[in-house]
Amino acid sequence: MTAIGKVSLQDAVLQRGRSRERSRLLVFNHAVLLLLTAFAIVPLLVLAFNSVKTNLEIGQNPLGPPVNIVTDNFPNAWAKGHFATTMGNSIIYVVATIAAELVFGGLAAYALARKKPPGSDALMLYFLVASTIPLWMYIVPLFVQINALKRIGVDARLLLIMVYVAGNAPLTIFLLRSYMIDLPSELEDAARVDGANEFQVLTRIVIPLTMPGFLTVGLVVGLGVWNEFLLALTFIHDPNQYPVTTSFYKFVDRFDRDWALTSAGAVIIIFPVMVLFLALQRQFINGLAEGGIKT
Amino acid sequence: MAVLTQKKPTTILEKLNDETWRRKFIRNVLIPWLFIAPLLILHIYVVTVPAVQGIYMSMTDWKGVGRNANFIGLENYRELFFEDETFGKALGNNIIWMIFFLTVPFILALFAATMLSQIKRGGMIYRSILFIPYVLASVVTITIWKNLLNPQRGIGAALDKMLGLEGAFGIAYLGRPESALMSIAFIDNWHFWGFLMILFLAAMQAIPPVLYDAAKIDGANRWQEFRHVTLPGIRPVVLFMFMMVAIWSFLAFDYIFLSTQGGPGGASEVIATLLYKNAFFRFEAGYGAAMGVVISIFAGFIIMIFVTLRRRGWDI
Repeated sequence: MTAIGKVSLQDAVLQRGRSRERSRLLVFNHAVLLLLTAFAIVPLLVLAFNSVKTNLEIGQNPLGPPVNIVTDNFPNAWAKGHFATTMGNSIIYVVATIAAELVFGGLAAYALARKKPPGSDALMLYFLVASTIPLWMYIVPLFVQINALKRIGVDARLLLIMVYVAGNAPLTIFLLRSYMIDLPSELEDAARVDGANEFQVLTRIVIPLTMPGFLTVGLVVGLGVWNEFLLALTFIHDPNQYPVTTSFYKFVDRFDRDWALTSAGAVIIIFPVMVLFLALQRQFINGLAEGGIKT
Repeated sequence: MAVLTQKKPTTILEKLNDETWRRKFIRNVLIPWLFIAPLLILHIYVVTVPAVQGIYMSMTDWKGVGRNANFIGLENYRELFFEDETFGKALGNNIIWMIFFLTVPFILALFAATMLSQIKRGGMIYRSILFIPYVLASVVTITIWKNLLNPQRGIGAALDKMLGLEGAFGIAYLGRPESALMSIAFIDNWHFWGFLMILFLAAMQAIPPVLYDAAKIDGANRWQEFRHVTLPGIRPVVLFMFMMVAIWSFLAFDYIFLSTQGGPGGASEVIATLLYKNAFFRFEAGYGAAMGVVISIFAGFIIMIFVTLRRRGWDI
């Protein structure tokens, strides 16, 4: 009895000492992390502040919170930046790319994970090697190729979407295939016994059960396309077809000194991403960590 | 019954006439390949064919328009490495860029991930906020930082005002040759390092806690814990990211093009911006293609180093 009491007392003392040490250490941790958090968030706060100031106020107070909040910058930026058009375009690029990527990537990944037709290993090797080819190696000939197609009347937007889908193909196949391989095949066999055909097995069993994989690919590809600049700059030359990024680039160039206006424009671009990010933090972070290891 | 008595088909003709074989072929070969075909064909058309064309194009003097392309062998490469001083400067800047990105974000990310991994409560909030810059578009990030680094209205000017100085910190960071490249690297890193931290954090959380307990029993201090438990545990991720970041350093484009276009006077020029200008502004398609091949060779070389190290038994 006493022995046990003694031990537990010793334990308690030790525990207290340890927890005091721990909490002291954690104060240091929190201090460091708060500093880094400020580094990440303050530039964004300044942007948000400036988007609701007048240019006059920005001149006197370029970094601090606004004294008078004005909201005119947003409709101004929306109109002058042609956001009604470019937002629509960007949404088309994002949605069409995700849709094509998931349909064709899903089909290919299913075939590679489950059917393993002869040549599968060679195909995986092809995608592995191809995924290391830098864009810079093929952008000039691709430009020539795309221009030839544009000249015979193919819509430039469709061509850009094709480039996005192809560029993301290796990542999509690797990710979806790994999700499908992890799926126990008994479920699919059971469905086949019940008379389901291949297509039904895919749509009724495999896709619902590998939904997290599809969501990950959708998020990674969608965010990439929304933010994409270089390919859109290279292949889209009609202002009516600009996505938000290249359009904003020209917009900032034109209204260089109008900080209130360009800040509001920047807020408009990141707003949809922020909403989605805050709603799906875990999926975003894990998805990008998993799938973001790409160029 | 009929199936049982049939002999197994051997020749192609017999196979094609055999109902069972045909059905098997359709099911196990034809349909799977039909599933794969759309994406594969698209990928070959968009990536592989132009990549091969790029190699050929790099050996011509093609201007990007018209049909007058002459095969000139390795002339473009000779010019790149032995004549074109802007290319030499750009290559040097890529290497500086690589050194920066192989150190600064890695140290920041390792440090922050270590701090974060020891926290039980509130970790998710830190994680999310530190990750936010990574989801921003490059055009937005550059706009934010162009304003913050503005000599009259930016952080530098505010600092000068606070300290009663004149033009000490309020300088045109992006406009001066000696600071342009490092300023852009700083901006890109602001956007990038959180991503690295998330990867390291995930790897740290996968380390069995038993190892830390064992280290504590052995009397390890925090540094020894980090050195002998954490670091070996996340080593594969760190080394893999070393490889990726080294490759990415040769592809860098967006932040430089958007902020300075390689200026002032080539001070922040990298191969990719030089390539872009040559191919799309100056109509030197062949010369630009040669730079693309050079970038790919560097990337391939970095991959080879890592593959070789792995073959030698490194745990990568």
